[in-house]
Amino acid sequence: MSFLSRHRIILPVVSLAVLLALTFWMQPRAMSYFGLNLLFNLAVPIALATVAQMMIIMVNDIDLSTGAFVSLVACITATFLNDAPLTGVLILAALVLSYAAMGAVIHALDLPAIVVTLGMSFVWGGLALFVLPSPGGSSPGWLRTLMTVKPPYIPMAVAASIIIAVVTHLLIVRSGIGTVLRGVGGNAQSVARAGWQVTWLKALAYGLAGLFGVFAGMALVGLTTSADANIALRYTLLSIAGVILGGGEFTGGKVSPVGAVIGALTLTLAASFLSFMRLPPDWQIGAQGAILILVLTARLLFARKGPAA
Amino acid sequence: MSEHETAPIVALTDAARHFGPVRALDGVSLSVAPGDCLGLVGHNGAGKSTLVNLINGTFGPSGGQVAFPQGSEGVRSVFQELSLCPNLTVAENLRIPHPGLKRPGWRRIARAEIRASLDAVFPGHGIDADSEVDTLSIAERQMVEIAIGFAPRGGAARLVILDEPTSALDAGIAEQLLAHIRRFCEGGGAVIFISHMLGEVFSVASRIIVLKDGRIVAEREAAGFTRQGLVDAMGHVAAETGGTAAPARGTADEIVIRTAEGLVARRGEIVGLSGLAGHGQAAALARLFLSQTSDWRAGRAPRAVFVAGDRPRDGVLPLWSILRNISISVLRRDAWRGLVNREAERRVAEDWRRRIGIRTDNLDNPLLSLSGGNQQKVLFARALASDAPLVVMDDPMRGVDVGTKQDVYAMIRTEAAAGRTFLWYSTETEEVCQCDRVFVFRNHAISAELTGADITEEKILEASFEMQEAS
Repeated sequence: MSFLSRHRIILPVVSLAVLLALTFWMQPRAMSYFGLNLLFNLAVPIALATVAQMMIIMVNDIDLSTGAFVSLVACITATFLNDAPLTGVLILAALVLSYAAMGAVIHALDLPAIVVTLGMSFVWGGLALFVLPSPGGSSPGWLRTLMTVKPPYIPMAVAASIIIAVVTHLLIVRSGIGTVLRGVGGNAQSVARAGWQVTWLKALAYGLAGLFGVFAGMALVGLTTSADANIALRYTLLSIAGVILGGGEFTGGKVSPVGAVIGALTLTLAASFLSFMRLPPDWQIGAQGAILILVLTARLLFARKGPAA
Repeated sequence: MSEHETAPIVALTDAARHFGPVRALDGVSLSVAPGDCLGLVGHNGAGKSTLVNLINGTFGPSGGQVAFPQGSEGVRSVFQELSLCPNLTVAENLRIPHPGLKRPGWRRIARAEIRASLDAVFPGHGIDADSEVDTLSIAERQMVEIAIGFAPRGGAARLVILDEPTSALDAGIAEQLLAHIRRFCEGGGAVIFISHMLGEVFSVASRIIVLKDGRIVAEREAAGFTRQGLVDAMGHVAAETGGTAAPARGTADEIVIRTAEGLVARRGEIVGLSGLAGHGQAAALARLFLSQTSDWRAGRAPRAVFVAGDRPRDGVLPLWSILRNISISVLRRDAWRGLVNREAERRVAEDWRRRIGIRTDNLDNPLLSLSGGNQQKVLFARALASDAPLVVMDDPMRGVDVGTKQDVYAMIRTEAAAGRTFLWYSTETEEVCQCDRVFVFRNHAISAELTGADITEEKILEASFEMQEAS
């Protein structure tokens, strides 16, 4: 086992560092409190959505409804949570529970998660349009304050990313129940044999995903101050890419919360980096994909070398 | 001894379990008391796994009773197929069945507990509690699994069910396990020991039960059985160990394989790879096989085929039918303009089902409906159905019953006489003694080449252990 395959966190960290160095080199003014905040501002909701996706990938499923779900949460935050906080909180809690129920149903009926979540993405999307037919709404004041707070020394976006990474690391990697959840991804049968109800564990993983999805939607509204039914659709693919960039794997319960947050930061930074390069917007999405392929290729090469060495 | 101490840990009365029309277990009564070591033998499909699953509560009985007079705590199972979470560390795997590890700091406790248990069962094991399971070898994983079975886990192990625990272990490690079982039973624990290696059963079991077709056909003190009596009771007219029979030598001396490390095989020869488990035999086989087959211009007739020992990992196609699992190796040969020739496919599969005796009514059944031994037969059929002159076998008899083994030995000899070359890695010395030529591996290199009458257990052991200091 090589050093790199044992410490799978190194490659995401190096990718982020290289991209950050290139950005600073092209645009030295970004190397400031304000610059960093601007660079990583929109990374906070993406990081939260990535963590949500990670919870699902952790139990060997995949969630194609993350983007639609975050959009729905954003619409509810910009309307109900702002106008009638209690109703808003109840609706969001119900959404988390419905996510948990979705996980239980997927396991109990042995349905493919990819189909169920794809179907649910249309339900979330429809509900979002129903709540907010045209772009609008406004962010609750406290949320706006929270997302624009200016802590000393460290910009909010960076501080928030660190907090998300630490909290999810404790939850998933260090805690006992997190270990069992990762065990479900590794070998669900052995977890079931040890006396655990895998249906409940899956419901818990999906419930956590719903919770982080809700946080992502709220964070997004806090930054943009208004919502739109399609505001976060691209989060589905961004979150999957973030998990994989951060050293996670699609199967086998191999995920890294810290890596996932770093992956989300890398993806956000890649977009800014391409703008700094004055690349025409038409090419940016393609170039972003190229960066993704580059990092994944690097990872594959290291993983191949690992066992051979 | 007080009444409480002699009360059985588990008592089955007329327990039965049916899966549809299949009577996997058909009225079994037995009891296991503290201090017992119950040997459970029977060929594949006799109902051993069903019995284990009834006792550990995976499913309930269809009829009869399974009772735990003192409660079912402390009843553990170690399964034949590896059931650890490969993405977690050794210590984290202990967390899964351990209800007491909840508070912060559980990692330290888990590490200490698994280390203590590993040290107790396998002194000098060299396994790091913080290494991820998928970085360990199969033997090491099996050791971890056994250690988790015997670990206190917030109480104490009272009954440990070991299902083929030694199939992946080499002789020295297996002996450590047997010694631990004896100690454990002397200390008042109970063990149900399931194994195809009759020598091991005789060496630990105080009582032996023979299962056949879901019923107990014999139950006696271990001393009341002879090896032959046991085999007879299992219902297979098994030949005495076939090592003495002079194997058919290859006629032509044409060398078909010669590798850099010194592995030589002639046409029609059965070449064995031996030595302690994990000394590079499997890697040598894999290298050889890939060099023969993974070629852009492999063409219609592959030069080598592979029979896997680790079935779930590199053998079966679990979602496919038995038919397709067999025919995949010949699809290209029989194809007509790139389309599968269904008739030929079925003909080949039916032919091999008969020749190798795969127990199924319908080849369209899913592969996983077969027992482990029959799945292994399917893998043999897949390999032998092709025209490849070289058959590479990576410990293919892991967890296969005595009768099936004899069938397969005979088939291998026939095929070798017809000019096929076999490369056979095995952890069981008895099997290696069937070969014409044996290469003993030590520390990833060939330490001895034995032929003909030189192939004896003593010489193989000598070559495996030579130069090693007694530890």
